[in-house]
Amino acid sequence: MAAANSVLNTVVAYVEDRPGVLARVASLFRRRGFNIESLTVGHSDEPGVSRMTIVVDGQNTQVHQVQHQLFKLIDVVSAVDITDQPMVARELALIKVACSPQGRREIMDLATVFRADVVDVAEASLIVQVLGDEDKVDALLGLLRPHGVLEMVRTGRVALVRGSATSKPAPVSESERRAEAERAQRGRRPQGSLPFASD
Amino acid sequence: MKRNGAQILLECLSAEGVDLVFGYPGGVVLPLYHRFAEFPQIKHVLVRHEQGAAHAADGYARASGRTGVCLATSGPGATNLVTGICTAYMDSIPMVAITGNVARDLIGRDGFQEADITGITLPITKHNYLVMRAEEIATAVKEAFHIASTGRKGPVLVDIPKDVFIEEAEFTGYPEQVHLRGYPLADRPADLEVERAAALINEAQQPLILSGHGVIQSGASAELLDLAERAEVPVVTTLLGLSGFPEDHRLAYGMMGMHGNYYCNMAASAADVVLGIGMRFDDRAMGRFKDFNPGAKIVHFDIDPAEIGKNFVTHAPVLGDVRASLQALLPLIQPASHTDWLRHIDDLKAKHPTDYAGEGPELSGPWLCRAIAEETQSQATIVTGVGQHQMWMAQYYRYNRPRQFVTSGGLGTMGFEVPAAIGAQFAQSDPVWAICGDGGFQMTAQELQTVAEHKLPIRYAIFNNRYLGMVRQWQELFYENNLHSVALGQPDFVKLAEAYGITGLRATTRAEATEAVRTAARHPGPIVIDFRIVEEENVWPMVPAGAALSETIESAEEL
Repeated sequence: MAAANSVLNTVVAYVEDRPGVLARVASLFRRRGFNIESLTVGHSDEPGVSRMTIVVDGQNTQVHQVQHQLFKLIDVVSAVDITDQPMVARELALIKVACSPQGRREIMDLATVFRADVVDVAEASLIVQVLGDEDKVDALLGLLRPHGVLEMVRTGRVALVRGSATSKPAPVSESERRAEAERAQRGRRPQGSLPFASD
Repeated sequence: MKRNGAQILLECLSAEGVDLVFGYPGGVVLPLYHRFAEFPQIKHVLVRHEQGAAHAADGYARASGRTGVCLATSGPGATNLVTGICTAYMDSIPMVAITGNVARDLIGRDGFQEADITGITLPITKHNYLVMRAEEIATAVKEAFHIASTGRKGPVLVDIPKDVFIEEAEFTGYPEQVHLRGYPLADRPADLEVERAAALINEAQQPLILSGHGVIQSGASAELLDLAERAEVPVVTTLLGLSGFPEDHRLAYGMMGMHGNYYCNMAASAADVVLGIGMRFDDRAMGRFKDFNPGAKIVHFDIDPAEIGKNFVTHAPVLGDVRASLQALLPLIQPASHTDWLRHIDDLKAKHPTDYAGEGPELSGPWLCRAIAEETQSQATIVTGVGQHQMWMAQYYRYNRPRQFVTSGGLGTMGFEVPAAIGAQFAQSDPVWAICGDGGFQMTAQELQTVAEHKLPIRYAIFNNRYLGMVRQWQELFYENNLHSVALGQPDFVKLAEAYGITGLRATTRAEATEAVRTAARHPGPIVIDFRIVEEENVWPMVPAGAALSETIESAEEL
């Protein structure tokens, strides 16, 4: 978990769904010494493209370096820092809590307050499923700890920018694609749209 | 038309215009070598160690500007390329490395001579491919050459399993297009960025250009000259930037950095606007980052967005191809003169010249560099290894033609010189001078057989001080002169050369050296000269490790 004074930045990357792409990203983070809080990856709405949500502690890692170095990977189609945009950010946690039959009620009450669900009940344990931002998950976890947390899994943050804007790479039209190929053929460099803010 | 994987690969290389491959065969690439004779337009140069193949391809690329190609078998063949690939990666050299791998059904089972070379080279290639089907070879090769030679250039590796070379597939011709949506390329910079840069340059009272490798890579020497003259800006270069700006020009001041000229480092520390052009503000060039000229405004021209702001806060970044950027910038530059500023640097230069050749009679490194420069009229292509001889050759030769200076800067790879000179020599007919350390020479000397086989007129000048000289210098200066493991002994390099059928000469005095340099320059074939230079000589000036550029020292007494 991040230290209390940390600044969490959220970077969204769209990557080609190819063997080894996760290894490329992981290798980059390791060799550049980027401090990653969490990384989630899954399918995007476009076939063949996966979407990564990467949470970086901006206190000890240059976020623009993460973004630009990521984008240099050929298999990374786009990488955008969405920290300053309004967004919906969520993570899911499954928390297995030790609990006797007599103690179930109290834990279930806690879960209700957090709008969490109890998704498994056994003789001596419960699994609580909670969805929310990291603070909410942390808070519930803090309250459950005294009961004895047997095991826990958290997905790490997934995020979408609010409104109709997206963090998706700009679509490339067929004519642009052709023009780019022609320029490549002539050995010249096309005018690309790099994710680089001049200020 | 049905072709097997080996034929498809060779068809693609041929269509890409590759006429030279440095390689070494082995088990899994036998199906490929079996087909080489069908493609006489592709010359295969057999090296004697795969590292030599990678460095030769690198040297060829640096000297010619074209993409170098090397080839090795799986396992140890592939891993032997690693140092050469990393060398190319650190200096952004366009290179395509092709490796064989074990058959597909053996991958991941620790088959004989299996190595996960795509995994191994992940951090040291711009991109790499493991091609699992013969029909994918053409696309992979097309993309590999495109990626290697565009944007910020770099090495790309293509790994092909043995049975993919044998597998047949329909070959419909070399692809004309690449579809890489994750690889847009910046050409012209944004207008706003150029305007901001121009404003800073036009307002500058004491501007200084730091010219880097990117100027050479993008072919921007003419534009740089135009900018320097129009705004009257003095030019200093990084190590890899040497030859990008003509050193005989009145605004040229030579190299800055750890062993740069004193006056260059002082000028960089006093400039009010620093223009980094096609360079990456590396620690060896800039000294201690936090104390580099805190008052200077930094203008940074680079093609790689990740370099902007990596080491320094940049006041005016200009992202794009350096040549295109300078072309966009030039119309906005007002003619200016900076007479006082130039006089200031000239005064520093007069008081603190880089002149450590000594009066003689002993054979010193700097003196030898000057002797070679004089004999070749500073016209030769120079390839160096890494260490003291490299720094002296950077300091004392005068580079006026782009691509004239070939050296391993970023990785600092000893032994680079012997095979890299082979590559450079294949790129031109004029004899190449390979300036070698006695340490580095012994790392890759087996390539003398490659030189002999092709009768390459390379002049191997060994700066032989019987020491790992630069390391000895550091032990002397920073480790209480506690010399450990730096004495290299004295093999007979003349006999070694002769063992390969190459002429060998030895020089121990200035008179002998003058004669040997003259003989070498006129020699029709390859030649090795063992220059027995002074044993314990240091490279000056120097920015001590961890010091700021402004703390450049000119002798050990200043430490």
